[in-house]
Amino acid sequence: MRHLWFLLLVLPFLLLPFPFYLTLLNFFALSALVALSLYVLTGLAGMTSFAQAAFMGMGAYATALLTAKAGLSPWLGLLVGLLLSLLLALVLGGLTVRLKGHFLPLSTIAWQVALYILAGNLVNLTGGHTGITDLPALHLFGLPLDTGFRYALFSLFLLVLCLLALDNLRASRLGRALLALRGDALAAASFGVEPARLRLQAFLLAGAMAGLAGFLYAHFLRFVNPTPFSLEASIKYLVMAVAGGVGTIPGVVLGAAFFTGLEDWLKDLLPLLLGREGNYEVIAYGLLLALILLLAPKGLWPLLAARLPRREGRLLEAEPLPLTPPQGARGEVVLRVENLKKAFGGLLAVNGVSFALRRGEILALIGPNGAGKSTTFNLITGALAPDGGQVFLFGREVTGLPPYRIHRLGLGRTFQHPHLFPELSVLENAALGTHARTRSGFLPVLLGLHRKEEARALATAHRALKRVGLESLAWERAERLSVGQQRLLEIARLLASGAEVLLLDEPGAGLRAGEKRELAHLLRALAQEGYTLLLVDHDMDLVMGLADRVVVMNYGEKIAEGTPAEVQKNPLVRAAYLGEEVA
Amino acid sequence: MDATILGFLLLDGLQNGVIYGLLAIAMVLVFAVTRVILVPIGELLMFAPLSLVWLLEGKVPGTLWLALALGLVWAGLARGRGAWGPLLGALGLSALFFLALFLKPLAYVAAVLLVVYLGVATYRVFFQPLREATVLSLLIMAVGLHVAYQGLGLVFFGPEQFRPEPLLKGEVVVGLSWQGVLVLLFALLSVLALYGFFRFSLYGKALLAAAESRLGARLTGISPEEAGMVAFGIASLLAGLSGLLLAPLINAAYFMGFMLGLKGFVAAILGGLASYPVAFLGALLVGFFESFTSFFASAYKEALVFLLLVPALFYQSLRARAVEE
Repeated sequence: MRHLWFLLLVLPFLLLPFPFYLTLLNFFALSALVALSLYVLTGLAGMTSFAQAAFMGMGAYATALLTAKAGLSPWLGLLVGLLLSLLLALVLGGLTVRLKGHFLPLSTIAWQVALYILAGNLVNLTGGHTGITDLPALHLFGLPLDTGFRYALFSLFLLVLCLLALDNLRASRLGRALLALRGDALAAASFGVEPARLRLQAFLLAGAMAGLAGFLYAHFLRFVNPTPFSLEASIKYLVMAVAGGVGTIPGVVLGAAFFTGLEDWLKDLLPLLLGREGNYEVIAYGLLLALILLLAPKGLWPLLAARLPRREGRLLEAEPLPLTPPQGARGEVVLRVENLKKAFGGLLAVNGVSFALRRGEILALIGPNGAGKSTTFNLITGALAPDGGQVFLFGREVTGLPPYRIHRLGLGRTFQHPHLFPELSVLENAALGTHARTRSGFLPVLLGLHRKEEARALATAHRALKRVGLESLAWERAERLSVGQQRLLEIARLLASGAEVLLLDEPGAGLRAGEKRELAHLLRALAQEGYTLLLVDHDMDLVMGLADRVVVMNYGEKIAEGTPAEVQKNPLVRAAYLGEEVA
Repeated sequence: MDATILGFLLLDGLQNGVIYGLLAIAMVLVFAVTRVILVPIGELLMFAPLSLVWLLEGKVPGTLWLALALGLVWAGLARGRGAWGPLLGALGLSALFFLALFLKPLAYVAAVLLVVYLGVATYRVFFQPLREATVLSLLIMAVGLHVAYQGLGLVFFGPEQFRPEPLLKGEVVVGLSWQGVLVLLFALLSVLALYGFFRFSLYGKALLAAAESRLGARLTGISPEEAGMVAFGIASLLAGLSGLLLAPLINAAYFMGFMLGLKGFVAAILGGLASYPVAFLGALLVGFFESFTSFFASAYKEALVFLLLVPALFYQSLRARAVEE
């Protein structure tokens, strides 16, 4: 299916007699490359950039200076251009990926404007607004790429390679992690995704793609000046991507094709209509962007794709990742919490709580509403940083580490309100669990070298779904699951992660009686196999029937600990729950 | 550099800085209430003096048609009784413009009210329907409107620059015109008025509450839609007045607004898009920085301003937690 993209290479042959359309075809390929860089940023990573044209400019000016001014090889120009784009992305991204989402796009606007001004004013270097002329033609195997036809073949070929690479990215642990990060950074981080690092990598990739497009642009026109690298141009690419559907690869390509044609048409039409020469097509871009955001926020492609037949996914035969057998003796302390403290303003949510969790047991953390159970959970898993106290996991201190570090040591969690990714399939949701157990980085993924590992990750996810009884729904979108099924999916994701210490936040909430029995059965079986479970729940029947030991909290403090029978007799506990006087 | 030049630079920086400051405050307010990063604030600013120039020359500016068109869509979206507000507003605005063609002083009022109407209509038509969207979608919308409005500015007013007559002519001392004093006074009054509004009036407090928690505000009976319209109204008012007062000093043209707005942003970002006083002080810093760079490296002054973002973002990065919930 994905190799159908190679059909794009037929277009230059079809348009061979029309030089004008060959030029448009080249512009389409370049625009599509830049718009695809926004697919990586906006579609996958949930960020955006208003500086993609500036990245193009980096690529274009680098090769222009090296070839036209210094007489060096264009391929050296390409290398330097890519390095400069990456450097710019590193600086811009490095400063902003840790901040809330809107700082990155806002700063890209500022840098885009600044670089544009520099390109126009550093006259000695860039030739100012007159630009740099007489770039040499590219040569490929001794053949000069000096006609629209040859160049279109070359640029479309590169476009197809990029399309395939991005397709690989989407169907990989990194694509999944990016989508997860966009939807819910905490859930993603709880399964080993390092948000700032991954966002920065996506930003670097997008910068390099735009830089490549700039290189192609420069050697196509064999002339560079600042105009095509302005903020308006950046916005044009964003409009293309958003209009076509920034969340899908075909949508972005469609948007690029549509707007390349439209731009040409508007450039002829608008001055006639308004009776003046000017840069009027930007009005149309702005208004079209507004209309699309209002009327079809996901772009045009999803509307078309809804009419295409949906293909059932299929699972490749692969060996699941090995189950991690418990590393040590039953009864050994795996998690120890000492004197944990957390205050929110004046409220002491957790005040000096200590307990230990032993391998193979089910420990329940209970208490009335507001007792500090969920806060304790979040302190252990790294979602919150404690104000005092210590947490040890397998004897190692993990106090205050970010969730992705703690997860990698073998601790996994579920959430009180399921944190799933509604637009991903059930299988992919579960496969996010394998993120920390798989290795493929950006380069191998883009080159498609990750497939074996990916098949194993999906097989692992499938085995976990089977374990909780959801395998028949593997290809459904997660948003179609009932609450009970969502909780099971969270557990499947946890099992796929291979974590040995499982923290379950209210696993029984919203489940019907029959589902609760099945859940209890599953959890007991897991403990039998050597997993260690810490769970928070309100349902006394479930907790008392399931837990080996119970820790009771009230007003942020631990008031009792023991077997279910013991704590049920404890007067402090009875007082906390029933308001009985302490005798 | 001697003391006189230093004085010039400081005055120049202060004069620009207070305007950036007002724009920054407007943006922080709009962001807090609606999560919209108001990129087109510069265009709202630009519409005011150019509409004024047109009115004073006895011509009807195209911005009126834009405002009326958006007003009609607004009325269409509101339906029923809610449609009366925008329709009456459009009617009043048209009448005011008609009168202003003959009664010159009314032109100032007309230009400012036009911008306010346009600002509120922009919120109602383009942003309010997206209230559930992500900050990112709202930002993309804002940037789209910026290019559309700027392009329309070019269509309405052409590429020429205009210098409207200052309200107060002459100079206090060399380097400080009376108009400049007016700008400073206006900024001072605006800041005091905003402070009074948010500190002492119930409505202002309600607006801040809506900014703090949208759900909480709704539960206590403050409609987020109304809060959004008021925030856009205040922002447009500040932008329109700033534009009118600043234009005689820096020339008015269709492209004037964007750079002013962008520097407002730099200031707002210095304040983390959250703090009003830090944003205003940041704006003064931007003003001074710009005025000194224009002395030492004038060709690059517009580019160098953005360097201020580096330490601000770096500082905030260090404070950010690794995982945001």
